[in-house]
Amino acid sequence: MSDMLNHNQLRQGVRVEIDDAPWIIVDAQFVKPGKGQAFTKIKIKNLIDGRVIERTFKSSESVIKADVMDKDMQFLYHDAGFWNFMDPASYEQSVLDEKQVGDSHFWLKEQETYMVTLWKNRAIAVMPPSFVILTITKCDPGIKGDTVSGATKPATLETGAEVKVPLFINEGEKIRVDTRTGQYVERAKE
Amino acid sequence: MWNVPRSDPEELWRPTAGPAGLAARAATLKRLRDFFAARQVLEVETPLLSPGAVPDESIEPVGCAGWYLSTSPETAMKRLLAAGSGPIYQIAKAFRAGEAGQRHNPEFTMLEWYRPGWSWRELMTESAQLLQAVLGAMPVQEWTFAAAMRRFAGVDPFSDPEEALIRALPFPPPERLDRLGLLDLLLTERVEPAFQEAGGLVFLTRFPAERAAMAEIDPTPPATALRFELYVRGMELINGYQELTDGHEQATRLHQANRKRATLNLPSLPVDAHFLAALRSGLPRTAGAALGVDRLVMLALGTDRIADVLAFPTDRA
Repeated sequence: MSDMLNHNQLRQGVRVEIDDAPWIIVDAQFVKPGKGQAFTKIKIKNLIDGRVIERTFKSSESVIKADVMDKDMQFLYHDAGFWNFMDPASYEQSVLDEKQVGDSHFWLKEQETYMVTLWKNRAIAVMPPSFVILTITKCDPGIKGDTVSGATKPATLETGAEVKVPLFINEGEKIRVDTRTGQYVERAKE
Repeated sequence: MWNVPRSDPEELWRPTAGPAGLAARAATLKRLRDFFAARQVLEVETPLLSPGAVPDESIEPVGCAGWYLSTSPETAMKRLLAAGSGPIYQIAKAFRAGEAGQRHNPEFTMLEWYRPGWSWRELMTESAQLLQAVLGAMPVQEWTFAAAMRRFAGVDPFSDPEEALIRALPFPPPERLDRLGLLDLLLTERVEPAFQEAGGLVFLTRFPAERAAMAEIDPTPPATALRFELYVRGMELINGYQELTDGHEQATRLHQANRKRATLNLPSLPVDAHFLAALRSGLPRTAGAALGVDRLVMLALGTDRIADVLAFPTDRA
């Protein structure tokens, strides 16, 4: 028996199951003309493909609470378009395909822990932390002392991501990157 | 991105209204009282707690120790009118279970006033003057429900088939929504945004007879309720009636509402017997209106969130 949510429980951030898919509520509004019926209007984002749609419910209706949970899982390896993760507590493994991993693949490093979203115990998405520390595997040699010009150069990270870094950064150094913007933040201290 | 930050529970003791919100509330209450004092309308108080309720298919009262908290001071104030009080007003808390949102709080402040001997058209004039006394001068326009639906939703609310009403909505409606529900959604989705764009004060009048609540009905086809809603910037602020004075008709409507509630699996509500007795004894011809005070304060402050004008909304009461 699934958990049901009444219209008062339809709030921003709550995850619901509609049309056999998991969604997260990105906006919820209670609307009611003075002498008329009450409705809850929600804007929802599909947790699998990112589509955003609107739905309206009567106050008497209930909505299925999505059987979704976030779990910290270790990224094991990437092979032929599939990313393999493991629950470090149970050693259970989950696999995500290219579409499900999406842009997160730029930040996935083997052996590190990431937040994997499971729907009905199946992995559907992975989220890197807001900031990650990664090693530069390729960039032009650093220009010593240039810490003020603001000029940048491209650098390739161990995960394959490309970021713009200041000129004084060298190959083999570790840097801190904001995964939400894909931008260099600072040189990481060892 | 998927993790919406939750408020720190240690911080929930704080008021959601800032000093400006609290000051706007105090100033608005004073202006309302000054307005009615200058017009010799008597301020009254009636019980918040009563063994009777007002059955309505879409208003849920809050139960309290076997009694009900008032959803509106309407029935008690009509008892005063029937006793010969003359013009009266009240600023009271009202309670409606489950009504929480950007513009709703389950506990809110309502101004209700009655003008014995007046027509609803006269009360429309006074309603506009009242808002202008608080918010400043503004242009006024009026739309009948039918004209507004034709102009802003492209439908005839009285004769178009339900499929046409569904097509006029910006998104699919909930399943098994009846005709009146579709019109409710068209009102909030198509008409109210147009009123917001229009600016100023906008009267919406002559609602479908099924949405008469406690208003007189003009039987001329299509039957319409002698009722107005006054909108400011797309927000519904005042609801006014040519009050129904026929006790028999009133009792019938309340019992119908209980039957409708039964079809929605909602409990039947006990009708205030004193109210029906007062109508039998004789309610003078009167117009009456209710204003959402919190929303008026929102407009005075220039915010579209009710939490900005409440010290403590219900979720941190």
